[in-house]
Formats: sequence, structure tokens, C-alpha cells
Amino acid sequence: MATLGALDRKLLRDLREMRGQAVAIIFILVAGVAAYVSMASVMDTLQHTLDRYYEEYAFGDGFATVRRAPEEVAERLGTTPGIVQVQTRVVAMVNLEIAGYDDQVAGLMVSVPGDRQPELNRLFLRTGSLPAAGRENEVLLNEVFAEAHGLCAGDTLAAVINGRRRTLQVTGVALSPEHLMQVQPGVLFPDPERFGVLWINRSALAAALDMRGAFNDVSFRLAPKADVRTVIDQVDLLLAPYGGQGAYARADQGSHRMITEEFNQLRGMAAVLPSIFLAIAAFLLNIVIARVVSLQREQIGVLKAFGYRDRAIGWHYVKLVLSITCVGTVIGMALGVWAGRALGTVYLEFFRFPYLEYALNPPVVVTAVLLTSGAALIGVMRAVRQAILLPPAEAMRPAPPSLYRQTLVERLGLRRFLAQPSRMILRNIERRPFRALFAVTGVACACAILVMGLFFVDSIDHVVHFQYGIAQREDLMVSFFEPAPTAALYELANLPGVQYAEPFRSVPVRLRRGHRSYQTGIEGIPANAYLRRVIDTELEPVPIPAEGIVLTERLATMLDARLGDEVVVEVLEGRRRTTRVPVSGLTQQYLGLAVYMEIEALGRLVNDGQALSGVYLLVDERYEDTLMQALRRRPRIAGILSQERAIRAYFDHAANFLLVYTLVLSLFAGIIAFGVVYNNVRVSLSERERELASLRVLGFTRGEIAYILLGESVLLTLLSIPLGIVIGSLGSDAYMKALETDMYTIPVVLTRGTYATAASVVLVATLISALIVRSRLNRLDLIAVLKTRE
Amino acid sequence: MAQEVIFRARGLSKIYDMGEVKVQALRQVDLELFAHEMVVFLGASGSGKSTLVNILGGLDTATAGEVLYRDRDLTRADDRELTEYRRHHVGFVFQFYNLIPSLTARENVAIVTEIACQPMTPAEALELVGLGGRMDHFPAQLSGGEQQRVAIARAIAKRPAVLLCDEPTGALDSQTGVIVLEALETINHDLGTTTAIITHNVVQAEIAGRIIHLKDGEIARIETNTRRTPARELQW
Ligand SMILES: Nc1ncnc2c1ncn2[C@@H]1O[C@H](COP(=O)(O)OP(=O)(O)O)[C@@H](O)[C@H]1O
Ligand SMILES: [Mg+2]
Repeated sequence: MATLGALDRKLLRDLREMRGQAVAIIFILVAGVAAYVSMASVMDTLQHTLDRYYEEYAFGDGFATVRRAPEEVAERLGTTPGIVQVQTRVVAMVNLEIAGYDDQVAGLMVSVPGDRQPELNRLFLRTGSLPAAGRENEVLLNEVFAEAHGLCAGDTLAAVINGRRRTLQVTGVALSPEHLMQVQPGVLFPDPERFGVLWINRSALAAALDMRGAFNDVSFRLAPKADVRTVIDQVDLLLAPYGGQGAYARADQGSHRMITEEFNQLRGMAAVLPSIFLAIAAFLLNIVIARVVSLQREQIGVLKAFGYRDRAIGWHYVKLVLSITCVGTVIGMALGVWAGRALGTVYLEFFRFPYLEYALNPPVVVTAVLLTSGAALIGVMRAVRQAILLPPAEAMRPAPPSLYRQTLVERLGLRRFLAQPSRMILRNIERRPFRALFAVTGVACACAILVMGLFFVDSIDHVVHFQYGIAQREDLMVSFFEPAPTAALYELANLPGVQYAEPFRSVPVRLRRGHRSYQTGIEGIPANAYLRRVIDTELEPVPIPAEGIVLTERLATMLDARLGDEVVVEVLEGRRRTTRVPVSGLTQQYLGLAVYMEIEALGRLVNDGQALSGVYLLVDERYEDTLMQALRRRPRIAGILSQERAIRAYFDHAANFLLVYTLVLSLFAGIIAFGVVYNNVRVSLSERERELASLRVLGFTRGEIAYILLGESVLLTLLSIPLGIVIGSLGSDAYMKALETDMYTIPVVLTRGTYATAASVVLVATLISALIVRSRLNRLDLIAVLKTRE
Repeated sequence: MAQEVIFRARGLSKIYDMGEVKVQALRQVDLELFAHEMVVFLGASGSGKSTLVNILGGLDTATAGEVLYRDRDLTRADDRELTEYRRHHVGFVFQFYNLIPSLTARENVAIVTEIACQPMTPAEALELVGLGGRMDHFPAQLSGGEQQRVAIARAIAKRPAVLLCDEPTGALDSQTGVIVLEALETINHDLGTTTAIITHNVVQAEIAGRIIHLKDGEIARIETNTRRTPARELQW
């Protein structure tokens, strides 16, 4: 017991003695654990919240739109095997007018039963109330939309419903699981200023649309074990006579699909990257600890000489190291939970959940603890074993004077360019290649993490530029309520301010090949299209083939279709023909899964003459306002849309949390770099104190010895930057491959700015640790160092 | 003949303050060292020899009293001045050689000559200590005595006015020790470097012209040795 006491006292003193290294270790640990715990817990939190929200607000499992179906059909739907609950509705796309806002605003008007919540897709009332029963002119607004225009209960806005203008009064603001992502059909990204969801009493909407006793939209809930595919087919069969446009499952529902994409992407950022982060931290921890313990080699020899058992010695060092890692892990966890909650509130804003339920799942905690303490323990054991294996007499002697030799640089004849201090730096690096390698790897990893965290913003810029600069060059997309004759094109082309007009046709279809299918729309464009172009895999615009369809590469993969293969095209409108069409081209597109066809060929496929769904316009900016007014007066126009504005709006919003994310990441990577460099210099210092003191005695200045010690770190950091950039680029590629979704692929775009930021962060971390060590060097006790045995 | 004074110490005291205990390592020491002389500090372990020599060499500062190196007041010098002083005027040799393991013998010397004013070449310095043939060996490839001679060559290569040696033979057997002392003798004789050697070995003191006896931090007596024994004839 007495001896144990002495050993424990040694432990405490050692801890105080090595607080420099301990702090470096704790830094690495805190960064690794906090990054991992915060991001992993955010992911758990979001998924948890989403699941609960869907459940509590009865989000539908399947959806379908029809032209007009009598209410009795709902009963038949309800008795379809696999369906347990049905909610019919009336919905309409309307044009909105908001005082003080000039752009075209589209609205999706959805009916609510009147005075009570619908049974499916219930609403969360943020403020105000549902439209009162019998009130024809009351609406409830979706929160993002209401906020974008500063509307709240009591305000008014106008809507053109089925050609008639109506003034509506806002009764409140709500959230719906169905419109977590409020996206206008046909648009890829949310734009809360130009598109909003409104809820109105069914009686009111039905009256306006001539839908009394009928519905045009239905959602349903499935029995727990029902097969979605079979149910959807049943529903399609049942609804076909009423102009059914193809039922789809929750997985294909716009908002859900988008949020799933978001989550997948987040999961990549929030799980993949922090896991790499934690693994790197664990790896560094292992090495750092092994080194700290090997500094104690002489003491291990002495303890052995005194008759301590190997196990007791091992346990001693395990305790030493665990006491450090425990502190690091606990601080890291606490910081991680704190940062996780903070990130959670950022996402809460973004996704507009009614509430957020913070969740820290046990696997996250267990992974963090096991990985870090495991890495630490392996590190200790490795070093202690090495010391224990030596006979005590040998261990008590300092590690054998290592043989230095002339370095490669010198042997290459560059010797005369190097003064002694520089030679010392080079030889020291060459003598301990593994240590140098470790330092380089560690800093390179930090640098790589930074590259992986930073490139994203540039990639998104690139996508936007590509999509809207090369592939979709129109300023405005004008779409018609009903397919219009070709004359409409010339009519619009002649409006003042229109520089160029190009027709398009879009047709909802289901593509099938074998057992694979995908529900989407075919976009018809002219053969010599100028505004909307098909881009091949080399990113060059190519003319659209006269026959057959052109698929996005990813969609082709999903359908397992190659060039020349035939796909079954099921048209979901008009005469609903089903035809086999060859794949005549493949196109590369970052966003969306578009399918293109020559516009006349598409007309033949649908078999209803040469109708247009809309027109793309190139607009003279000076006339944009007058043109907008002219367009808005035309009754047949359903929407006027600027995709670019929508995507800009979306990414401006997303930029917020990308920024938070990037900052957090840079901070943690900086800390890791600092931990590695600082530890490296500290261990070097304790090994070379004597040498440096000798130099001071010989008349070297503080600056000169600092150069010898710190020059090495700076040199290693400089070496590690290119390596880090290479690792970071490879990592980014892998990372983006993992994030690729149906909706988009994001190319890795690495800019000089990214490299420069990554390099600066690790350089600054190196300089900070150099400065700290430099202040210790200044306090070097010359006499004390020289008195001790070599 | 009137001898030039190199060091002049007056009322030199050194107290190590360690909280509760204060150790008085030097008490009111008055002392002169002359140009070109070889002097030995003799005394039991703990008598204050190292403390005194470290203060003379600018490695440590006195608590009270003053030391002059020629006209230079070492007691009031700051770290920068002391560094400059060590760089150009003093050579040190320690019991443990303190060579830089990553540099060869020649480079260990060069590290000093590169920052000195009018140094000899590393080769010359190593020739002086009889190591002309081992210049490109690293410390780990040399014996203890050879390493100590490299340390001597390193100390004198910048042609310092003073060479301070703290128990230079302390870690060596007597045969090797003799070779090291011979090297110091050569330096003192050929270059005229003022040489101060610390030892607790009475026999070794015979090589010096003056022997300064220290006891409990005070100079017990100063003995002038008229019949200096060449190092090669010493035996202990
Ligand atoms: N750094 C120090 N702290 C405290 N006491 C010291 C220190 N250095 C030397 N001493 C004490 O000063 C006295 C003189 O030491 P020193 O000059 O090293 O003696 P010598 O070299 O003659 O053996 C001794 O009692 C020693 O314990
Ligand atoms: Mg001594």
C-alpha cells in the first residue's frame, strides 16, 4: 500500500510535469470527440424529430392527384387492401398578389375540412387558428411563406382562383409535415417568396373549382405490412377513369424526397466526416501517448530494478494515460452536446420542425469512448511493452545514442548551402523518419479535413454556374395552364423586352424498364434549342436526337438502361398512351433527373398535335418589369418562374449553416493541427533540452536555438501541406461519391482559396505552438540541464 | 612582471533560494585570474567550485558582489550581453561532453566557428587535440576521451581568452584523463588561453601554476605552484 502510494504520488507529479503534452493530447481528444458527438447527435436528433413529427401529424404514406373524382371513390379507396385511412382534398395552383411585392407569386391552395384538423397531414398551428367553418375567404399560411412576406393573422392577400380574383384574410400561420420543404412542382429548390402553400376551407375551394362532392387530390395511410407497389397499382387502376395522374408513395413525395436528400447529405457531413475526424484523433492519440510514455523509459527501468512487476508498471501508465484521456473525452462530450444543441437549433430554423427533440444515442457515446480510450490504451501498451522488454540496466540508460548520418540532401552535394543548424534540422528529421512521418501525417490529416470541409461552397457555385450558365440559359420560364397551340410562342416572342423565345413541352410520365420504374416528366425542346441545352458527359452542349429520349446518366443507371436500349414510357395525362422508346442519348446534369426529347417527337408520342406547355424567354433587363406586368395579365399563364432566383434563394439560406459547419470544422481541424505540432515540439524539447542548453552555453542566442527546434516543425508542416491537399482531394472525391443522390451529384471543385485557407489554418496552428514552446525555451535553465547525467 | 588581470571578483556571493531553505554556495569571494595562466580550483564536492566558474563564464549570476571580465561588468549584464560574451570570449568544457549527437566531430566544432569572429578552422582545432584523423565521425562513434577532446577543440576553436573546464576528466579513466589534460596543457601553452580547471583530485592540481582551494563557498587559500608537473607524468 505504501509503495502504491509512492507510485500514485509519482503519477500526480508526472501529470503536472507533462501538463504541456497532456494539454496537447486533451486538445486532440476534445476536437475529435466534440466534432463527432456534435454532428452525430445532430443527425440522430433530426431523424428522431422527423419520425415523431410524421407520426404525430399523420403524414400520408401515399398520394395521388386526379382530374375530378366523386367523393364515393374515396370509400372504394378505403376498402382497397393495404389502405387503412383515406383523406380526400381539393387542391389548386393559384396566382397570388401580395401588396408591395411585384414578382409573380404562385400558391398551392389545399383544402382543410373546415373548423377541424384533417385526419391525415395535420397542421401544426404556429399562430392564429384554422379558417372558421363557413368562412369562404379565410386562409392559413405556411410559415416560410408568411415570413418571407411578413404576413400574419389579420393581413390580407389576393388570389386568382380559377380566373376569379378574391381577397383572402389570413387567420394564422402553420407548419405541415407535407410541406417541410415547400417546393413548387416543377422547381428544384424552395423559394418562399415566389411560392407558398395556403390552406382554405374545402367548401370554399370546392365552390370555386366546381368540385362540390368531389376531390382532385387524395392521400392515404398504409397498413403496417402493406406492399406499397401493389397498393399504388390498385389505386392507379381505381383512379384512372377519373383522370388519375399516377399515385406515388411517400418516398416520391416532393417535400419528403427533398428532406431525405438533405438528410443523406447531412448524414455524409455529420457522420462520415466526423467519424474520419474521430479516427484521426484516435490515431494521433495513440502515437502521441506512445511517445510520451517512451520518454519515461529510464524511470520504467528504475521501477523494474526495484522489483516492480511488469503488470504494476503497465497499470501505472494506464492510469496515467486514462486520467488524461478521461478529462479529454468528458470535455469533448460536453462540448459536443453543447455544439450539437447549437447546430440543432440552426437546423430547426432551416427545416422548420415544430419542435426539436435533442437525442444523443448511446451508440454515439459508446463509439466515442471506446475508440478514444482504446487508441490510448494501445498506445500506452505499445510503449510500456517496449520499455519492459529491455533488461532494467539497459532501460535505465537513455535510449542508445542514435547514429546520425549525413542526410540525402547533403549526400546530393547540397551540403555547402546548409549551415550547421539547418543540417541539424535535416539530420534530426532523417534520423527519426517515423516521427517525422507521424508529424507530417497528423498535420496533413488536419489539412485534409479542412479541404474536405471547405470545397463545398465552391462546388455549389460551380453547379449553379453550370446549370444556369450552360444548360439552362433562359431568364424566365412561362408555363401555361393547358397545353397551348404553337401560336402562343409567337405571341410571347413579340412582347416588348423579349429577346428570344423558345417553346417547351413537359409531359408527366412513368418510365419502366424491367422491374425498375421512375416517375418523372419528359421535357420536349426544339432540335436547335438555344436556351435549354442538352449537355453531354464531356460537359459540351450537343444537339438533341430527332427520335428517342435522352436520359440523365444517373437516371439511366437507375433504370439500368444503356444507349440504344428501349424503355417503356407510360404517359400520365391525356390519352395515357404506353409506348416503347429507344434511349438515344445520355446527358450529364448535376441537379435533377431530367428526361429530354425533341419537342415534335414528344408531340407524336403523346399524340395530341404540337401543343406547348410553356415558353422559355430571354429578356432584356430594362423591360423586365413591363414584361412581367404584360405576362401577368394573360389568363392562360399559370406561372412565370426564374429558376436561378429560386436556387440562389435556397443556397443563400443553406449558406448559413454551411458557414457554421465550415467554421466548426476549421476550428476543430486547427485544434488537431495544434495538438499534433505542439506535442511534437514538446517531445523534441524534452529530448533535446540538453543539446539546446549546450548550444546556449556555446554562445548561441535564444533565436538561434529556437530556429533549430522550431525550424523542424515548420519544415514538417510545410511538407505536410501538399500531402494534406492530396489526401483532402482524394477524400473529397470519395465523400462526394458517398453523398450522390437521385436529385443531384455535386462535383468536387477545389480552388486556390480552399488550399490557401487549409494551409493557413495549419500554419497558424504551427506558429501558435511554436510561440508557446519558444517562451519555454527562453526559460531554459542552462546549468541544471548540464548538471544532469547524459 | 606585472600580470594582466582577466577576471576580478569582489565580495562575490551566491545564495540558492529554495523556499524554506537557502543554500549559500559562495560567501564573499574575492579573486583575480591572470591572462595566460593555468589555474585549478580544488575542493570537496559541494564547496562551490561549479557555482564560481559558472558565474565567471556568464552561465549564472551572483546574488551579491561583482565580477569584471576585463572592463566588462558581468554582474549587471542581461541575457543578450551574456550570450554575446560567451559567444566570443569563453570556452567551456564539462564533465559530460555535451556534444551535439547529430553533428560530426568537425561539425560540432564548426557550429562554434560559424558564429565566431576570427576562429581557427575546425580541422586546426581538432589537430590541436590530436583528433585530426577522426573528424568525420559522429559522437556515437567516438570513445569518451575522444568525445571530450572534441569538446575541447569546440571550446577553443574560436580562440577564446578563457577556457573554463568543470571536472573535464570526471567521467574518464585515469589514462584517458591524462590525454585530455595534455590537450588542455597544449592549448594553454600554444595559444596562451587562460585556463581554469575544476577538479577534486589533488594529483591533477599539480599541472597548474596556481591552485585555488575552496571550502564551504569560501577561498580557503591560494597556492602558487612553482614546480608544475607535466600532465603526462601524473598518475592517480
Ligand atoms: N541549482 C541549485 N539549487 C540549490 N542549491 C544548489 C544549486 N546548485 C548548487 N547548489 C548548492 O550549492 C552548493 C555548491 O554547489 P557547487 O557549486 O555545484 O559545488 P561543487 O561544484 O563544488 O561540487 C552545494 O551545496 C549545492 O548543493
Ligand atoms: Mg561541481
